[in-house]
Amino acid sequence: MIQNNPVGRLIAHVILIIGILIVAFPIYYTFVASTQTLQEILRPPLSLLPGGHFWENYSAALFGGVGRIGGVGVDRLLFNTLVMALGIAIGKICISILSAYAIVFFRFPGRMVFFWLIFITLMLPVEVRILPTYKIMVDLGLIDTYTGLILPLMASATATLLFRQFFMTIPGELVEAARVDGAGPWRFFKDILLPLSKTNIAALFVILFIYGWTQYLWPLLMTNRNDMSTIVIGLRKMISFADADTEWHLVMVTCILAILPPIVVVVLMQRWFVRGLVETEK
Amino acid sequence: MASSTRVTFPNKFLPYLLLAPQLAITAIFFYWPASQAIYQSVLREDPFGLSTQFVGLDNFRRVLGDPNYLNSLQVTVIFSVATALIAMALALLLAVMADKVIRGKGIYRTLLIWPYAVAPAIAGMLWLFLFNPSMGTLAYLFRSTGYNWDPLLNGDQAMVLIVSAAAWKQISYNFLFFVAGLQSIPKSLIEAAAIDGAGETKRFWTIVFPLLAPTTFFLLVVNTVYAFFDTFGIIHAVTGGGPGKATETLVYKVYNDGFVNLILGDSAAQSVILMIIVIGLTAIQFRYVERKVHYG
Repeated sequence: MIQNNPVGRLIAHVILIIGILIVAFPIYYTFVASTQTLQEILRPPLSLLPGGHFWENYSAALFGGVGRIGGVGVDRLLFNTLVMALGIAIGKICISILSAYAIVFFRFPGRMVFFWLIFITLMLPVEVRILPTYKIMVDLGLIDTYTGLILPLMASATATLLFRQFFMTIPGELVEAARVDGAGPWRFFKDILLPLSKTNIAALFVILFIYGWTQYLWPLLMTNRNDMSTIVIGLRKMISFADADTEWHLVMVTCILAILPPIVVVVLMQRWFVRGLVETEK
Repeated sequence: MASSTRVTFPNKFLPYLLLAPQLAITAIFFYWPASQAIYQSVLREDPFGLSTQFVGLDNFRRVLGDPNYLNSLQVTVIFSVATALIAMALALLLAVMADKVIRGKGIYRTLLIWPYAVAPAIAGMLWLFLFNPSMGTLAYLFRSTGYNWDPLLNGDQAMVLIVSAAAWKQISYNFLFFVAGLQSIPKSLIEAAAIDGAGETKRFWTIVFPLLAPTTFFLLVVNTVYAFFDTFGIIHAVTGGGPGKATETLVYKVYNDGFVNLILGDSAAQSVILMIIVIGLTAIQFRYVERKVHYG
């Protein structure tokens, strides 16, 4: 047995707590700032305890129509981001589960070619084909549309690979049994495969939701109109003005509102998320 | 391959139908633009698209001979190495500590994973709030000690700021993988070493760290890819590549040359160079996956 070392364990706790303080501090600080008045924020150092303007600032940001973001309210930006994140997460899961199903449970000419065509897209992130992709979006008239924000990000090799890997572990006897019982491909998919994939789908959903919510380059290129912008881009536009006329207290509120939904998703779905993350990438 | 003996459905038409959505999106939004990027990288075009001319590898020659490009290559390497090392070292330290404690493991994990959900651009903004010379509290503390802190004017300080933000955001991801890696190390090995009289530090460096090598190597690749590509938001939101060109990474430069300066041929050539870098990194990553299968 390893000797039971209470001192070592105490040091471990101390280091972990310091680590958590470092990790949490920027978020906590922003939260504190979001409850102060503009004057208090502009006069550092800021107090380490939340101020008394929580309701005032949050209702001003949510319902007062923060005119700073080109006349578009925070609610609209949050809605756009939610549509984008949900669209990408659900869309990606749907199309990749279908293509993984085709690749694993059917034999047809060109199967491996298609698999490689999907696999290679891992090596073509948006960043390496920015301009030509932008041009295609303009040609298709998809600028400033939800379709434009969601559709091009829906094809994902990683999700397809994950489902493929999982499907390959499903014993052939199960397929055989289903076929003997007269189940067709659709029945098998709906009644056997989907229920078995539940955990994988949940894990992927968390990862993809966050992927969609935190996108930056894509919405930056795809949206010109402020009312189609996402919250992250809107926030960037809010702080891009000269320091003098930025309403920092409302910026801080917007910041908290922008990071809260994905944090809630991660913390609430932690179990699936952690498993999915560690298994997906391996 | 085991899958050749798989039981499958006999259907000629259905599989193509199932693959169609993904293939359509892949073709339109991945292969077509990527081939356009390669095509444009050998052309010289004026910004209005009025005349085009085939120039062979001229664009590549000019890009690779451009001191600005070499500068941004250097910036990218420094930024990526610093980000990956800091994010991994801190995550490893925290993971080793979390492995030691008995009580509160779950709470520690919960409190450590949330930066994963923060968008890189917002991570950059949070750090900018803290270190902004005009209103950041930490900047204020720096200055009150007499240190001349201004990341908006000093290139090295700007680099420190974006590295901190990028590394901060990545700690939680690395932490989860190191925790999983530590859990897969057989406790009997460590106990055997302890019985032989190896102290804690020695056990870590001679047993735990080498056995973590696959995880570490995997994370190194992932962190490099992250620092190369996913940090565009941090740089765009915090420094805009400045001051001067002190924080202009390769990806930022592709964006800047293509969208802001409209030098299409150069931007395309840079895209192709980036593509080659990604292919290299992905190849390394998958070689590692193969190896891992062999060694279990």
